[in-house]
Amino acid sequence: MSFFTSPINTLAVLSQNDVVNLIYLAAAVFFIYGLKLLTSVKTARRGNLISAIGMLIAAVVTLFQINNNAGETSFFISFTWIAVALIIGAIVGSTLAIKVPMTGMPQMVALLNGFGGIASLLVACGEYARNYNNNLILDEPWNAILAIGLATLIGGVTFTGSLIAFAKLQGLKIIPDKPVQFIGQKAIIGILLIGSLFLAFYITANHEAWSSLIIIAIASLILGILLVIGIGGADMPVVVSLLNSYSGIAAAMAGFVLNNSALIITGSLVGASGIILTNIMCKAMNRSLLNVLFGGVGGGSSKSSGAGPQGEAREFTPEDAAIVLDAASQVIIVPGYGMAVAQAQHAVKEFTEELAKRNITVKYAIHPVAGRMPGHMNVLLAEAGVPYEQLADLDQINPEFEQTDVALVIGANDVTNPAARHDTGSPIYGMPILDVDKARTVFVIKRSMNPGFAGIQNELYFMENTGMIFGDAKKIIMSLTEELIES
Amino acid sequence: MPTFLINTDPATNVIDPFVVSIIIFVLAIFIGFEIITKVPSTLHTPLMSGSNAISGITLVGALLCSFSDSFGSLGVFLGTLAVIFATINVVGGYMVTDRMLKMFSKKEGGDK
Repeated sequence: MSFFTSPINTLAVLSQNDVVNLIYLAAAVFFIYGLKLLTSVKTARRGNLISAIGMLIAAVVTLFQINNNAGETSFFISFTWIAVALIIGAIVGSTLAIKVPMTGMPQMVALLNGFGGIASLLVACGEYARNYNNNLILDEPWNAILAIGLATLIGGVTFTGSLIAFAKLQGLKIIPDKPVQFIGQKAIIGILLIGSLFLAFYITANHEAWSSLIIIAIASLILGILLVIGIGGADMPVVVSLLNSYSGIAAAMAGFVLNNSALIITGSLVGASGIILTNIMCKAMNRSLLNVLFGGVGGGSSKSSGAGPQGEAREFTPEDAAIVLDAASQVIIVPGYGMAVAQAQHAVKEFTEELAKRNITVKYAIHPVAGRMPGHMNVLLAEAGVPYEQLADLDQINPEFEQTDVALVIGANDVTNPAARHDTGSPIYGMPILDVDKARTVFVIKRSMNPGFAGIQNELYFMENTGMIFGDAKKIIMSLTEELIES
Repeated sequence: MPTFLINTDPATNVIDPFVVSIIIFVLAIFIGFEIITKVPSTLHTPLMSGSNAISGITLVGALLCSFSDSFGSLGVFLGTLAVIFATINVVGGYMVTDRMLKMFSKKEGGDK
């Protein structure tokens, strides 16, 4: 059946499948263009919309294709199920998207990632089951079967890995935030991984060994749990971006299964983006990916810095701090996860407005791994309406601390620890940090002296120019603002 | 290379769809790297949730799977379940990204 007939019949005559594939290509172009528009704040929202239109096109053309291929007998039943599934998915997805607070964004992205992963696993297994039922499985080429195995493996790891990441980020009690590691964990991971890969190749030769596929699926689900459970909360930016990459690769593998170029192109784009972000996060922590995945920093192990606490930390009241702040000419705010937990971003914005009224220059220093996902702090500050011109990243802001009167650290810990520069025994040695200790005065707002996720005490707190203000970030910032207004 | 793997008969020597798929896969990865390295760190969270939404393209695969002539088969069931999950991924992903980007752009109008 052909849609278009060429006037010169020696030229190609497009089949229905060709047309569908060209429309998929158009959808892929929408995705690529949409991602390109994400390179600027001004065009980003339009880019996201264009990308969404691409997805709509891809989904609609698929429905038409199913419609055309449908047999008379079964069409309505299947189609009803598809409609029900689409509606359930749309309702759940939009409810989640509307209800999630901006501070909950990392776990939301992790959760959605997991859903993408399980969908790829189900597509691969579903395609296998369908061909098996219709006695077509022996006709499948070996590479399609291999792709089924790999899509199942990667999809499964993405799913349970993301669920564990979600639980850790959400602070659910079932999964401890600290890394869980036990003897033989790496060995079990190795056995499961090699075993699954072996089975994925095994079924390329023995198409009807469906039990092998089930074993791969189960092994992949266990693998995802074991891989992520051993990683601490502070390393979650890396894990979330890595899982993001996996979900893309799983989609690409599902594309190989179905011989569908839309899935392959799009999946590879996502896979590439996830790997780039993972790489950025690893560099920001001066660690290799393998070290993040198997290092388990933050386990409270005995490898904490040998120096220990040096001297006494000086405690400041908001009243005292406000006087120093009032006299400053430049203040740099260093937000961390503590600000996110206390939901203090709006209070911070009001506070900096008060500073600006006094002609005090305000800048924000954003460490790449501040928060629980890449760029998390930027989103929170954008929510509070902080102009993004005031946000500076590590390389931009570090030379400025020397000319800064006050560095105000709000719930950030390891990313400000000077030990990273000189203490070769420290687990964070070599990690690029914000040079807040070079500012004339440093105020640290923190709930207690407890160490951060790296499990080590921060030298900064014991330095002469540092004052600690203990308490909930939001309350402290609000009282700082009040003190400023009253003074 | 063993000769039995290579088809030298010009009449049937056409490109295997699998090879075409690999070509597309590799080229798309390069496009991805080129575009995404240019995204500023400010937009990394929306980039991640946006690309996450795109990975819901597996919805297309799910839709293709959820249809079958033999209704009631395991394949249809798994496919339908996949449609639900992929739709949550797509709809949730795009809406959340839009919510974030709206916050970035609202100051644009306000401050200038």
